[in-house]
Amino acid sequence: MSIAGIFEHPLGRLGPDALPFWQMLQHPTEGNIINGCVATGAASMVVIGALVMVVLLTRYRRWGVLWSDWLTSPDHKKIGIMYVAIAFVMLARALIEAVLMRAQQAFGLSGGFLSPDHFAQLFSTHGTIMIFFMAMPFLTGIINYVMPMQIGARDVSFPVLNSISLGLTAAGAGLVMVSLVIGKFSTGGWFGYPPFTEASFSPGVGPDYWIWSLTLASLGSTLTGINFAVTIYKERAPGMTLMRMPLFTWTALCTSILMIFAMPPLTVATAQLALDRYLGFHYFTNALGGNMMNFANLFWLFGHPEVYILILPSFGVFSEVISTFSGKVLYGYRSLVMATMAITVLSFTVWLHHFFTMGQNANMNAAFGIASMLIGVPTGVKIYDWMLTMFRGRVRFTVPMVYSFGFILLFVLGGMSGILLANPSVDYQVHNTVFLVAHFHNMAVPGVLFGMLVAYHFWFPKAFGFRLDERWGMVSALCWIFGFMAAFFPLYVLGVMGLPRRTVAYSEASYVPLEWVAFLGALLILVALGSLLWQLRVSIRHRDENRVAAGDPWNGRSLEWATSAPPPEYNFAVIPSVEGRDAFARAKEEGCAYQSPDTYRDIELPRNSAMGPVTGAIGFALGFGLVWHIWWLVILSFLAAVTTLIVRGFARDTTRVVPADEVRREHLRWIAAVNATTAVSRVDECRPVNDGRARYEAIGVAP
Amino acid sequence: MISAGRWLVLSAVVPMLAACTGNLHLSFLDPQGPVAAAQRWHFFEVLGIMAVLVAGPIFLLLPFFAWRYRYGNKASRYAPRWEFSRLLEIMAWSGPIVIVVVLSFILWRDTHRLDPYKPLASDQTPLRVQVIGYDWKWLFIYPDQGIASIGMLAMPAGRPVSMQITSATVMQSLFIPALGSQIYAMGGMVTRLNLEADRPGRFLGENTMYNGNGFHQQHFTAAGMTPDDFSAWVQNVRAHGTPLDARTLQLVAGRSTRAALIDALPGKATHDGNLYFTHVSEALFPAVVQATLDGRAQLPRSALAHADPDRPRSADAPHSASASTP
Ligand code: HEM
Ligand SMILES: [Cu+2]
Ligand SMILES: [Cu+2]
Repeated sequence: MSIAGIFEHPLGRLGPDALPFWQMLQHPTEGNIINGCVATGAASMVVIGALVMVVLLTRYRRWGVLWSDWLTSPDHKKIGIMYVAIAFVMLARALIEAVLMRAQQAFGLSGGFLSPDHFAQLFSTHGTIMIFFMAMPFLTGIINYVMPMQIGARDVSFPVLNSISLGLTAAGAGLVMVSLVIGKFSTGGWFGYPPFTEASFSPGVGPDYWIWSLTLASLGSTLTGINFAVTIYKERAPGMTLMRMPLFTWTALCTSILMIFAMPPLTVATAQLALDRYLGFHYFTNALGGNMMNFANLFWLFGHPEVYILILPSFGVFSEVISTFSGKVLYGYRSLVMATMAITVLSFTVWLHHFFTMGQNANMNAAFGIASMLIGVPTGVKIYDWMLTMFRGRVRFTVPMVYSFGFILLFVLGGMSGILLANPSVDYQVHNTVFLVAHFHNMAVPGVLFGMLVAYHFWFPKAFGFRLDERWGMVSALCWIFGFMAAFFPLYVLGVMGLPRRTVAYSEASYVPLEWVAFLGALLILVALGSLLWQLRVSIRHRDENRVAAGDPWNGRSLEWATSAPPPEYNFAVIPSVEGRDAFARAKEEGCAYQSPDTYRDIELPRNSAMGPVTGAIGFALGFGLVWHIWWLVILSFLAAVTTLIVRGFARDTTRVVPADEVRREHLRWIAAVNATTAVSRVDECRPVNDGRARYEAIGVAP
Repeated sequence: MISAGRWLVLSAVVPMLAACTGNLHLSFLDPQGPVAAAQRWHFFEVLGIMAVLVAGPIFLLLPFFAWRYRYGNKASRYAPRWEFSRLLEIMAWSGPIVIVVVLSFILWRDTHRLDPYKPLASDQTPLRVQVIGYDWKWLFIYPDQGIASIGMLAMPAGRPVSMQITSATVMQSLFIPALGSQIYAMGGMVTRLNLEADRPGRFLGENTMYNGNGFHQQHFTAAGMTPDDFSAWVQNVRAHGTPLDARTLQLVAGRSTRAALIDALPGKATHDGNLYFTHVSEALFPAVVQATLDGRAQLPRSALAHADPDRPRSADAPHSASASTP
C-alpha cells in the first residue's frame, strides 16, 4: 500500500454490494429475495431506531441534557444505567436472532428459508452479542451502580476511565450494529476459530468486524476490571473490612480480577489474527508454521474465565436477594466468600475442556476433566448455602425470588450436564452437538441472564425511585422460566441424537418434533421479553403510586439501601462508618438508621468530561476504517486518539465541589421525608403503601 | 459404458448390505460398537450418581424450604440471625467433595479406557483407513486396498478400524455417534481414532465443526458389513470405481458439497450419491498433510501413483503419471 493507494480508494473496499438488499436486486432468486428481505428488515430496524432517537431528541430538545447529564457524566450510577440500557438493546437484537434461528431449524428438514451464510451470521452475531454486548455490559452496569454504594464510596476510583470504558464498549456494540446495515458479520461463530477466519477462507469483512468489535469491548472490560478492583481495595468506608463486604461486592471483586487476567489473552489472540489477516503473518494459518491450536488455547484461556466473569456477579445478586427476601442473614458468608475465591482461581485451570477432542493424550484430558469437575464443589456449596439461607427464614415470593427458585433448580441441571461434559469420554460424544448448546444456555440463561434480570428488578426502585409492576414482572419471570425449559431441554435430546450445533438444516425427520418444541419455547421467551418491556411501560405510567423515595423498599441489608431513591450524586451525605456485616440491617435493628450528623463537609466530585464519548467515537471510527480498509480514516482516528490523550493530560481543573450547605439541605430534606413515611410491614411490600421505609419485624427471634 | 456398469453393480451391492440392517443409527444411546456402548454406560453411570446425590436432595429440599418457611407461615421457626452451623458446613463441603472424588475415579478410568488413540482390543488386525477432510466432504482412503470413497465408510463388523485423520482445509471434526468418539481434523496434522462396529448396519457420520456453507451437508454413511460383504464391496469398488487422478482430486479438493462434486463428475456416482475411487496411492495421505503444511496446492506426482491393488506396493509406485482410466 503506497501513499497514493490510500487516496486512490477513499472508501476502501466499501461499495454498493455492502448493502443488505444489493444481492437480492442483482440476482432476484427466491432464496436471495427471502434472505435479502430479512437482512433489509433487520437493517431498517437499526436505521429507523437511530432516526427515531434523533428525531425525538431534537423534537424535545434533549441533546443538551443527553450530553451534559448522561454522556459526559462521570457518575458511576449514570454510567451503570447507560451500560444496562445498551445491554437491553443488544438483548432484544440477539433474542430476535435466536428466534429466527429456531424458526429456521423448525423448518430445517426441507432446508428452511435462510441461506447457510445468513444462518452463520446469525449464530455468530447472536453469540458474540450475548456474551460481549449483552451479558458483559449488563453486569458491568449493575456492578457500577451498586458496588460503590455497597462499600460506602462516593464513586469508583477512576470516574473518567469508567466513562471511557463505557465509550469503548458502546463503540464495539455500534460496530456490531453497523454490520447489520453495511456489509456482513463474521460466520466463524463467537470464538472465531482460524483457519476458517483467516483471509484465505473468509476474505470478506465479517471476521474483521468481529475482531475489532471484540477488541474495543475487551479493552473496555480490562479497564473496567482495573477500575473496579482498585475501587474495592481503596475506596471502602471506614470499618468496611474485606470480610464485611456484601457478597455482591465480593463477586464484583473476583469478576474484576478475572477481567484483568482473562481479557489480555483474548486481545492478544484477536490481534494475532488481525496481523494474519491484514499483514500476511502466519500465526494461525495451516501453512508456513502457523498453528490454530495456539488460537484455541489463547481463546479459551480467556473463554473459560469469561464464563465465570459472567456468572459470579449473578451469584452475588442471588446471594443478596435470597437473604433479603428471606428476611435473614446470609447463611455461611465465609464459605460463600471462599467458594467465590476458589472458583476464581480454578477457572484458570480448566480451559482445555473446550477441546478434549483435539488429540492430546488421555492423561492431559483426565487432568483437565477432573479440574473442571472440581469447580462443582464450590458451586455446590453455594447452592446449599442459599438453601440454608431460606431455612428458618420468612421467604417472600416476590419476582426476584421466583427467578431465584427457577435459577437454583435449572442451574443444578445445567451443572449436571456440565459434569457430564467434563468427562472426556462423554464429551467425545456430545461435543459440538446441540447438547453442548443446551448446556451452556442452561448456565447462561438461568444463571447469567436471570441474575441480571433479578438485579434489574431489585435495584430499579433504588435507581429510579419507583418499583416495577409486580404482576407483569411475574408474567415475564414465568415465561422466561418455562420458555427456557421448552427452548433448551429438547436440545439435550437432539444433541444425544447426533444433531451438530450450527446446522442450518438437517436430513433426519426424527429431529422435527423436538425442533418445534424448541421453536415454541423461543417464542415464549420472546413473550417474556415483551412482558418485560410492557412492565416497564406500565410501571412508568403508574410511577406515582409506586414511589419509594425513602429508599428502602425491600427491607434491605446493605448500605445502598441507606440512601434516598434515587440517591444523590455523591451517594452519602456523610461517609458511613461500618461496624459489621449487613450494615444497614444492623442500623435498623439498633434503631440508629436515618440519622443526621452534626456537621457536613464539602464534597469533591469529578467534573464532567467528554473523554468517554470522544474516545468511543474515535474507537468506532478506527474500527470502521480498519474493517473497510479506509486507511485515511484509520490514520486520522489514530492521530485523534493520541491527541485526545495528550489534551486530557493538560486538564487541570477536573473536580468540582458540592458545598456543605447544599449537602446538608438535601440530606435533611430526605431525613424529614423518611420520618414522614410510614414504615410498612412486608405484607404490604408490593402495594402502593410501600413508600420505601421498612417496619422492623422480628417475630419469634431465635438464637 | 463403464460408468453405467459400475453404477449398476455398486447400486446392487450397497442396498443389499443396507437392507438387512434397517435404519440409520444416530445415537450412542443406541450403540453399535464397543466404544459407544462404553460411552453410554459411562453417561448413565455419571448421570445416575448425580441424579440421586446432587439433583435429588436439592429438588426435594428447595420446594420444601420455600413452602415451609414462606412468609405467611407464622408457625415455622424464624431465626433471622442464624448464619452458621459447623455440622452443616462440613456437610456442604464434604458432600460435593466426595461426589467429585467418586466421579473423578470414573473419569480417570474411562478417559484412559476410551482414549480414541488407543487401539481396540481384538484378535483381528485393524483395518486401516485414512481420512481427509475437504470442504464439505470426507475422503476415506483404504491404503491397504488401494481404494477410496466419498460418502460411504464401509467397515467389516467385528474388526477394529484404525483411522488417521487430517484436513486439507479448515478444522473439522469426524464423528460417527453410534460407533464412538469424535476427533478433530486439522490441516498439517494427523489425529487418530479407533472405532469398531459390532454388527452390520448403517450409522450416521458427520462433521460437527462448522466450516462454511456446505457444513450441514458434510454427512456420510458408515456401514458395518459382514467380512464377506466387505470383501465383495472392496472388489466392486476396485472393479468399477473411478481412478483418483490429478483432475479428479482437484475437483474433490474444491470448496463444494458432495452433491456439487457429483455434478462435476457426471456418471461417476452411485445412485445413493456416493463416489468410489480406485488406484489410490498410499502416498496420498502423507502428501496431502505435507502439502497443507507447506501451503502448496499441488501434490507431488508420486502421491497420485497408479496403484495396483493385487500386488504389494512400494511407496513410489512406478506408473505414477498415468492415473487416468483403468
Ligand atoms: C434467551 C434465549 C436464547 C435463545 C432462544 C438462544 C438461542 C440460541 C441458538 C438457537 C443458538 C444457535 C445454536 C446452534 O449453534 O445450533 C445459540 C447460540 C449461542 N448462544 Fe444463545 N440463545 C439465548 C440466550 C443466550 C444467552 C443469554 C447467551 C449468553 C449469555 C447466549 C449465548 C450463545 C452463544 C455463545 C452461542 C454460540 C454461538 C456460536 O455457535 O458461536 N445465548 N443461541
Ligand atoms: Cu470452560
Ligand atoms: Cu492439531
